[in-house]
Amino acid sequence: MAEFRMPSLGADMTRGTLVQWNVKPGDTVKRGDIIAIVGTEKADIEVEVYETGTVRKLIAKPGEKLPVGAPLAFIEVAGEAVPARMPEAVAAEEAAPAMPPVEAPAPALAPTPPGRVHASPLARKLAEELGIDLAKVQGTGPHGAIERHDVEQAAAAKSAIQAAAAPAGEGVSGMRRAIAAAMARSNREIPHYYLATQIDMAGALRWLEQSNLQRSMEKRVLPAAMLLKAVARALVEVPELNGYWVDDQLKRSSDIHLGVAVSLRTGGLMIPAIHSADKKSLEELMNELRDIITRTRAGRLRSSDITDSTITVTNLGDLGVETVFGVIYPPQVALVGFGKIVERPWAVQGMLGVRPVLTATLAADHRATDGRRGGQFLDALSTLLQKPEAL
Amino acid sequence: MSEPTNVNRAHEMHLLHQMLYIRRFEEKCAELYSREKIRGFMHLYIGEEAVCVGVMEALRPEDGIVSTYREHGHALSRGISGGAVMAEMFGKQEGCSRGRGGSMHLFDAKTRFYGGNAIVGGGLPLSVGFALADKMRQQTRVTCCFFGDGAVAEGEFHETINLSALWKLPVFFVCENNRYAMGTRLDFSHSQTDLSKKAAAYGIASAWVDGMDVRAVEAASATACEYVRAGNGPYFLECRTYRFRAHSMYDPELYREKSEVEEWKKRDPIPALIARIDPAAEEIAALEQQIAKQVDEAIAFAEAGTLEAVDELTRFVYSDRSPA
Amino acid sequence: MTFREAIREAMRQAIKADDRVFLMGEDVGRYGGCFAVSKGLLAEFGPERIRDTPLSESAFVGAGIGAAMGGMRPIVEIMTSNFSLLALDQIMNNAATILHMSGGQFNVPLVIRMATGGGRQLAAQHSHTLEGWYAHIPGIKVLTPATIDDGYGMLLGALKDPDPVLIFENALLYNMEGELSPNAGAAGIDRACIRRRGRDITLITYSMGVWKSLEAAEKLAKKGIEAEVIDLRTLRPLDDGALVESVSRTHRALIIDEGWRSGGISAEISARLMEQAFYELDAPVARLCGAEVPMPYAAHMERAALPQVETITEAVERMMPAHG
Repeated sequence: MAEFRMPSLGADMTRGTLVQWNVKPGDTVKRGDIIAIVGTEKADIEVEVYETGTVRKLIAKPGEKLPVGAPLAFIEVAGEAVPARMPEAVAAEEAAPAMPPVEAPAPALAPTPPGRVHASPLARKLAEELGIDLAKVQGTGPHGAIERHDVEQAAAAKSAIQAAAAPAGEGVSGMRRAIAAAMARSNREIPHYYLATQIDMAGALRWLEQSNLQRSMEKRVLPAAMLLKAVARALVEVPELNGYWVDDQLKRSSDIHLGVAVSLRTGGLMIPAIHSADKKSLEELMNELRDIITRTRAGRLRSSDITDSTITVTNLGDLGVETVFGVIYPPQVALVGFGKIVERPWAVQGMLGVRPVLTATLAADHRATDGRRGGQFLDALSTLLQKPEAL
Repeated sequence: MSEPTNVNRAHEMHLLHQMLYIRRFEEKCAELYSREKIRGFMHLYIGEEAVCVGVMEALRPEDGIVSTYREHGHALSRGISGGAVMAEMFGKQEGCSRGRGGSMHLFDAKTRFYGGNAIVGGGLPLSVGFALADKMRQQTRVTCCFFGDGAVAEGEFHETINLSALWKLPVFFVCENNRYAMGTRLDFSHSQTDLSKKAAAYGIASAWVDGMDVRAVEAASATACEYVRAGNGPYFLECRTYRFRAHSMYDPELYREKSEVEEWKKRDPIPALIARIDPAAEEIAALEQQIAKQVDEAIAFAEAGTLEAVDELTRFVYSDRSPA
Repeated sequence: MTFREAIREAMRQAIKADDRVFLMGEDVGRYGGCFAVSKGLLAEFGPERIRDTPLSESAFVGAGIGAAMGGMRPIVEIMTSNFSLLALDQIMNNAATILHMSGGQFNVPLVIRMATGGGRQLAAQHSHTLEGWYAHIPGIKVLTPATIDDGYGMLLGALKDPDPVLIFENALLYNMEGELSPNAGAAGIDRACIRRRGRDITLITYSMGVWKSLEAAEKLAKKGIEAEVIDLRTLRPLDDGALVESVSRTHRALIIDEGWRSGGISAEISARLMEQAFYELDAPVARLCGAEVPMPYAAHMERAALPQVETITEAVERMMPAHG
């Protein structure tokens, strides 16, 4: 059984309209007969059949628009046996050969003569603003050229080290500038959205109190560690909040390094990271938290402490703040904020009670996630904190 | 003096074979185009077969040919294999132009077939150049230049005829007047519709012939080539013919009456020659079968062809041995 | 010897040495050449080798293409680049494409020479600078000789090239006097040349721009600015390597082009410098081009419409850093 298909009637024809049939089922046709009229953009064209035989079935109806190659009718070719069943019309599909992309030849870059630094004009401008020596910056652009990001990184590292090493006053101004640059950039570039949720901490706090009975005073686990663990676990469920926005896309991190905001007594803020927080036990997290707070305040941080965070957590509860509206530290895509735990009226099984309630907030980059995912994160956080023994 | 009957008949069967092969090949092309095997623009020679077949009889292997975008017939009757032509239209690298030209740009160095030109009148100046080179090197080759009635309106036609006449160059100009420049009828294009007179105005030998009669075309071409080969300068032959199908694939032919097409179909060169030869039915059947096989082989060759590697794209922008 | 004599001498040598070479164009024979470039050649070589053509740019450029494909090595002279537009179809659709379109079967070893440029109060239709526009076309080469040696050597080099070469001769250079190097021969046609070494800025230019830039460089030197002047010599292919090497030393670039600014060759050069020497630049690449107007007749207006020595020095001074 041969298929009479929508013919290509021109170089740019993609579809045609079956205007009229000149035959009906049962009619005999021979090669060259005009059996239909097809409408194109230009005009109605008489179309010939290339087989000799009998028309068995008309598939297309007058007025129907179909793509080139679509079957319009079945023609039983003279001499062919009639099949028991009409075959399914198979649209002819010729796989296009795999086309290797035509690449523009890679432009040859001039080799760097000694003494000459390859940096983009923007990087140079920024370096001048931030007081960075380009010769000391590691470039990540093409052929190791220095781009804006590299200068910002260098500035952050420099001010962190400066802050740690320098006496109060001098280090702070450098750090302040770096923070200012980062916060300004965040405000400029990151479309923030904010979500808040209130978490009933009664169960978590009760459990923590019980489990701390087994521990010495120095080793006791603080609620902060529980919150960090819950954040890490919740990120496993909503991984889009854990990573960086780079080159107009989200680059998820396979590791969860929680940046913990630590305020300095001298003023200023550091955000050292607890590495692989999801893989650490509550005790381990607590130990690390204690350690980095100590080292931060003593100015003994390593550069990997500062540069590796994949998300930031800021806990201002002990300052009496109820709700935190944070500013995401670029290129991260989220910041989790915890306020202080406050006794609040709470509905429990239709009755009014009082619970210790924590307001948890999420500031998130709307380019990387939207409210639904953000909400799922907070929901996961809340759920995890209802089962503290599983943390 | 008439030739011995059997030689005459054998020759006419040869002419018939040539024309019928072109006819069946072109009919297949129409089908293949509608099935998207052939893309781009395609211009069929159906109805005009007598012109190229008749002209080719007068040309020798060493002569050169410049043609138009309606050149399948010219290519086949010149001796370019159907497979090479079909593969070219399928875009395969086994095609005569490596798949780079398609229907409108058939080229073949072996048979001195210089395209295949999509610009109406664009080939005319080239033909003068080939003839000039031959004359300067004292070669007695003919350059045969095919073009249509549309080209005669282009400035290039006038410049070319003038220059070829001025320098007495060995060009055989064959004007395939099928009465329509795409959709524009002859009298809407030319104030002087007797095209042979236009050429004559440049002081060159000029004639017209019935393009539906292959033997008449053959005889007129023989006369023309003898003249040109003898060093007398260019010769212009207007072949009055007709295409039975649309200009290209497809147009609704709103510019001409169906009745006109039917009238010209009565003068179809192939039935006319068959009537003249009066062969037995089995002979025709055998010929059709042979031709069907030729056409199928051409298609099979094209189907089996391969695509040129994309990283060859920039090859032959300049010669491989270019110093730059 | 003058620039025109250098070109003439190259043609003489070539026609004498190779009987495939001949000159064809308007008034190249009896008139001695519109710009007297071919003066005396008709007497020396005769009308077969020095051919006067009718005013038929399309036909005789196409004839040049056909003759080149047919085994000759023609030099076609188009009187000026302004008239080349009449032959643009032959240049773009035949000369530049046939090698690629035929799948590598036919190369076109044709040389086309044309006078070009403004500055002689010949008004809008006789003052075009189209070299950069032609350099857009793949398949041809575009040369812009600016010195006596290059007027001579690049024509000989072009005649050795298997592909079509367009040579643009700025008409204001024809009278320029100089010495032809004693061992001058066929020159390479794919490289730029540093005409003056410098430290502070690279002036990238061609043809008449080379001489204006050299004069500007002398004036700038007195102010302590050392400009490097690069003579592009060829616009297609562009010698990226030379440009990048120079800018890597000077870190500043000014392109001087008598053609129109928008979409001109200056834009192409600027883009290439951005792509390949971005990190070497201390300032954006600047361009000094012909004003985007049809060339006016009045002398002061025409002067204002073209780059001049003063405007070059001003542009350079603006580009120098504020601190010394």
